[in-house]
Amino acid sequence: MEFFLVQLLNSLSYGLLLFMLSSGLTLIFSMMGVLNFAHASFYMLGAYFAFQLSKYVGFWPALAIAPVLVGLLGALTERWGLRTVHKYGHVAELLFTFGLFYLIEEVVHLIWGRAPVDYRIPESLNFTAFTIFSTQYPAYRVFMMLVSVAMLAALYLVLTRTRIGMIIQASLTHPYTVEALGHNVPRVFMLVFGGGCALAGLAGVIGGNAFVTEPGMAAAVGSIVFVVVVFGGMGSLTGAFVASLFFGAVQTFSVALDYSLADLAAWLGLHLTPGSGLYDVLSITIAQTAPVLPYLLMVLMLIFRPTGLLGTRET
Amino acid sequence: MSPQLLGRLGLWAATAAAMIVLPLAFEQGFALSLLSQIGIAVIFALSYNMLLGQTGMLSFGHAVYYGLGAFVSAHVLNAIGEGGFSLPVTLLPLVGGLAGLAFGIAFGYVTTRRSGTPFAMISLGIAEMVAACALMFPGFFGGEGGIATNRVVGEPWLGISYGPQIQVYYLIAGWCFLCMIAMFALTQTPLGRMANAVRDNPERVRFVGYNPVRVRYLMFCLASFFAGIAGALGTINYEIVTAENVGVVASGSVLIMTFIGGVGHYFGPIIGAGLVSFLQSALSTYTKAWLLYFGVFFIVMIMFAPGGISSLIAVHGPPLRHRLLLRLVPSYALSGAALALLLAGCIALVEMTYHVESGAEFGSELALFGIPLEVATAQPWIAAAAATGIGLALFLATLRFVRRAWAEVNATLQAKEAEA
Repeated sequence: MEFFLVQLLNSLSYGLLLFMLSSGLTLIFSMMGVLNFAHASFYMLGAYFAFQLSKYVGFWPALAIAPVLVGLLGALTERWGLRTVHKYGHVAELLFTFGLFYLIEEVVHLIWGRAPVDYRIPESLNFTAFTIFSTQYPAYRVFMMLVSVAMLAALYLVLTRTRIGMIIQASLTHPYTVEALGHNVPRVFMLVFGGGCALAGLAGVIGGNAFVTEPGMAAAVGSIVFVVVVFGGMGSLTGAFVASLFFGAVQTFSVALDYSLADLAAWLGLHLTPGSGLYDVLSITIAQTAPVLPYLLMVLMLIFRPTGLLGTRET
Repeated sequence: MSPQLLGRLGLWAATAAAMIVLPLAFEQGFALSLLSQIGIAVIFALSYNMLLGQTGMLSFGHAVYYGLGAFVSAHVLNAIGEGGFSLPVTLLPLVGGLAGLAFGIAFGYVTTRRSGTPFAMISLGIAEMVAACALMFPGFFGGEGGIATNRVVGEPWLGISYGPQIQVYYLIAGWCFLCMIAMFALTQTPLGRMANAVRDNPERVRFVGYNPVRVRYLMFCLASFFAGIAGALGTINYEIVTAENVGVVASGSVLIMTFIGGVGHYFGPIIGAGLVSFLQSALSTYTKAWLLYFGVFFIVMIMFAPGGISSLIAVHGPPLRHRLLLRLVPSYALSGAALALLLAGCIALVEMTYHVESGAEFGSELALFGIPLEVATAQPWIAAAAATGIGLALFLATLRFVRRAWAEVNATLQAKEAEA
């Protein structure tokens, strides 16, 4: 029970972090029809910016400044990069973001080196929030959840209750009509791209010190976020939310479960030895399948329900 | 025999001759291993272009078939070495190809039912899945260390044991030439033509009575077959296969190769494979920042020359035929000089940053192009930044001359066409 509760809380905080990334990615996708491969790179940049800034101004100002910087960078990328490539079609756009992913990783190598940097949880949050049975739950995890939920609420309010949110929603489905009404749709695109990147940057600021800040973090998180967005349904925010929590749980729980089919057979009274056939396959534990599980689920989803969990369109 | 066919045959003969003569021209082992690597990359990139260039399928997981072909052939090679059965090493690429084909048939059935972005995503999902499987099945993938093998097995035939690198090179060159011809021939078949049609307009293909899904599936299986051949040649060449060979990075690198070379022309991927392999081995010995240069190069190509190098070459075909190429040279030389200044400035900035970042272990002096730079002082930084700025300004300014020269050439070309 204790194990279950602690893992549940961990999976919740991880899932909410995933949603910060996937919400931006899915919004960008539904606007421009481009899957941004470099989205997790902006998450990484958020973590590195916060690390650098917190050296000079401390964690709290960095928490505010770093996402803004990442958002500006994202907007510039859209304005001077993606928009130039747009006329060559979707493949070129996809390849552009793919190249950007490489480039950002190399720039991070160039500036901060290949080893993880020492980006730590601020002292003011480094205490135990509460104790479940005998496990002390760190306050920083609670803080992560609070930031994510606050962001989620803000995003919801902006999208549904403000004028700019209405324009964004309208440009998703009827870009030409919105343009005809006198709105600058390319600028809305730039705004959404920058906003999505800022969200990713915020996730990086609060996630970078909870996990680890290293050049490989973009690739590690990027593929999971990609799975989340596809699984939840491209362009569906609710789908992304459900899928984020689901994959947060899948990732957290499956790593900790050390059971295999051979164990099940042993439980049923069938004792397998390393000599018997198929032992290699049957003795694989759930923990060992953890890295494969998300991709397997995604491929199955794409085959049987290409629109994803709550999506309405395929591309 | 038509002059077109004659020219084509001449081109193939010249390619074959170059493949035979090239290793004799370079004595060093470095050149030989580089040429072998290029040969493998050419097959791999051409097979990738069967998907991207010819059928319009953007795959992020083509290395799966290369890697699985390599693993299967490594296991077969080990079995031959243990005396399990006998098969000449010369035919091992066929084993790899069949393995690639088998996996292509299995995975392709699932992936090719969709096109466009969903196809790209499923291919990426499968690539991630296979890469993650590599850690789950250490028996097949060899875990972290990979599968090591020995290519010198069986009785030497006519003195060919595949021990020396030169023999391996000729094996690779032979298979490369065969595959190049086979893949070119495929573009001329009805299947190859229908693949182009599926790329351009799948709906019309359906109206004409073809099934686009089946065309995609067939092309996918054949591309996997050729990727598997490349994988087996990789096994013979390196004598080791690791899980990296099936990874997403390997898939990305073949995509980059093909794209830089150009997907619009048959010879594009060949140029891309040669150039990228050369850069990978040559540049990486000079600088740690080579991946950065590579990434910038890739992005610049996407933004300004989406047709790749082959389209840049093809553009110069008509002026060459009408002997107008010389008119372009002065403007090219001018902006080339500005570009050189810009590049020198950028490279100096990047190298100095890398030098500072890698710490005190190398001291504060950096020798770049034989010029000693003291990175602790401000002068080299100012000079490099100035070179970058001035170079960029000059380059943008001189582009005007290039545009003007091209306008003149195009006008002359049109006039000549009107005469004819």
